[in-house]
Amino acid sequence: MTEPTVAPTAESAVARSGRRLPGGVTRNLGLVIALVLICLVGFITAGGRFASVDNMMTILRLAAIVGVVSIGQTFVITAGGIDLSVGSMLGLATVWATTGANQYYANQTTWLLMVAVALVVGVAGGLLNGIMVAYGKIAPFMATLAMMVAAKGLAEWIANRQTQIVKVRGFETFFSANPLGIPMLVWIFAVVAAAGWVVYNRTTFGRRTVAIGGNLEASRLAGIKTNRHLVLLYALCGLTVGIAAVMMMGRTMAGTSTHGTLYEMDSIAAVVVGGTLLTGGRGTIFGTVIGVLIFTTLTNIFTQNNLPTSVQEITKGIIIVGAVLLQLRIAQRAKA
Amino acid sequence: MSLTTAARRITIGGALVALAISLAGCTGAAPTDATSTTASTVAAAPPAGGNDATGTKVVIGFSAPAADHGWMGAISKAAAAEAAKYPDVELKVAEGTNDVNLQISQVETFINDKVDAIVILPYDGAALTPVALQAMKAGIPVINIDREFDSPFAARTTVLGDNYGMGMSAGMYICGQLGGKSDSVIAEIAGIDNLPLTKDRSDGFAKALSDCGLKVSNRVAADFTVQGGEQAASNLLQAASHIDAIWNHDDDQGVGVMQAIKNSGRNEFFMVGGAGSANVMRDIQADNTVLKATVVYPSTQAADGIRMARLLVQKKALSDLIEVEVPRKIILYTPAVTKDNVAQYLPTAFES
Repeated sequence: MTEPTVAPTAESAVARSGRRLPGGVTRNLGLVIALVLICLVGFITAGGRFASVDNMMTILRLAAIVGVVSIGQTFVITAGGIDLSVGSMLGLATVWATTGANQYYANQTTWLLMVAVALVVGVAGGLLNGIMVAYGKIAPFMATLAMMVAAKGLAEWIANRQTQIVKVRGFETFFSANPLGIPMLVWIFAVVAAAGWVVYNRTTFGRRTVAIGGNLEASRLAGIKTNRHLVLLYALCGLTVGIAAVMMMGRTMAGTSTHGTLYEMDSIAAVVVGGTLLTGGRGTIFGTVIGVLIFTTLTNIFTQNNLPTSVQEITKGIIIVGAVLLQLRIAQRAKA
Repeated sequence: MSLTTAARRITIGGALVALAISLAGCTGAAPTDATSTTASTVAAAPPAGGNDATGTKVVIGFSAPAADHGWMGAISKAAAAEAAKYPDVELKVAEGTNDVNLQISQVETFINDKVDAIVILPYDGAALTPVALQAMKAGIPVINIDREFDSPFAARTTVLGDNYGMGMSAGMYICGQLGGKSDSVIAEIAGIDNLPLTKDRSDGFAKALSDCGLKVSNRVAADFTVQGGEQAASNLLQAASHIDAIWNHDDDQGVGVMQAIKNSGRNEFFMVGGAGSANVMRDIQADNTVLKATVVYPSTQAADGIRMARLLVQKKALSDLIEVEVPRKIILYTPAVTKDNVAQYLPTAFES
């Protein structure tokens, strides 16, 4: 995941000095307060049922898959891009990993084969996105939109529009485990989030991502191989999609082209609410995790209280608008 | 892998005779007018005085896909209405999602809440199987509606519509009308082509037609929406200059299909609908359009599921069966509704 160092010293200066708050502490604090308030609402309306350990795990399991995708999305958006293909790529990866042939060989050898296939599909799709964006100079929105449509079609074609059931025993055993009482999905989410945080905040790869999002041309002039970096970024996002696909298979024991439907929107919403600028140049992994948790906790509270999803979608919309308005104000203040 | 949902449903269609229980015959009566069913108390029925007598309190969790078309909307509405009829039933509705990850989470919430039973119409039967197994393991009976799980252990009772039978009923009606004329042009407007149920419907339709020497000449697919139905039907009418009969899989998209037919000014054919919306039934009753019949795909399946859940938890049996327990699987009948029998079906039809 880490980048071989080329010229690490000068470039963090390119990351427009001053606009990158150190760690973004205050804004993350606001997010945490928002999450706490939402939890408080949950506790008041649903009481002990909401606050139970079982329910916390239910929320985290719900958050895990979208969460992993959102980590990858954070990198891409920070660099001024966007990846609309994450949802259908996730579906494609689950389909490809669960074909009859792959399951046959997985049963003959090891279930890790299915994991490998899903990861390869995710990374390959990401690489393709990156090449279209970096070398083809296609706008990220269009390049990944094309990938979204094509991946969906390919997934339907491979699966013959059916749901493929996972019948590999080892796979099932691994993903239904609860090490230390915490579901495997949640562990994976935690590891990916931690790794994402380290790469984002503690490596030159992360710094360059921020720099490119701040000003692509300046970054190139400062010696960053921007094209190659963009390709790697989309591949990284593809990797998280592959991981999420494996998690989805673990959760549903099935592969189908409908897996991941609308996850591009869910992940973008979580990233933006988390405080990453859609225009690029600033982002936060921690914020993204909180953003995902805000949405999933909200969903859980609505379920707990028997409220219709229509109301929930309206609430979601209001939260997104609120977050974007907040971002605009911050951006203006930074300019002034 | 080997047994796909589609394949299994076809098998079920074949073995229908063994299991079929008519909706109208057994579970159609509402508690208010249920005197006839409850009066015939069977040996196995509890002494409490009929199944509809208020029993122990039952908390039921209910989850279904997003109500993005009339039939699916009717599913949830009918389930809630059914639950409201019983003072001993408390229904928790985790309404409407097409995201399996979220639907799984809803079922997990029901398990955490220790509800007495879970009624679920899964967005994807295979994908919801693991969490249904988990609920069953936790001792919560699961009632599976419409889209079947891929493990027999994942549900205590399954209530299914019969997609293959739906195609059969439509085909048999058309055979009856066109019998003998083997050069008849028959068109089919399918629903979403990548759903297993669409394949089942088309297979049943083709089978029934072939039994009377007919076949589908033109087939187009729409997407259960009004807009999609209009487009598909326009193309179809453009492509076939003469048609004798049309089967349209879905009455929601049928609104668009009828509009396209109206725009074309054609009326040399008759049309059979699918699912059985109230609009279509009223048209059949009025008998002033090309719509002459529709095939019911009960939108009251989940409502039946609610009743089954209540019976299971209260340890009661289906009063019209001799069995001590609620059946393992109930496959609903898909009758063809025509002008002659429409009055019988209109009250339970859904508004699209």
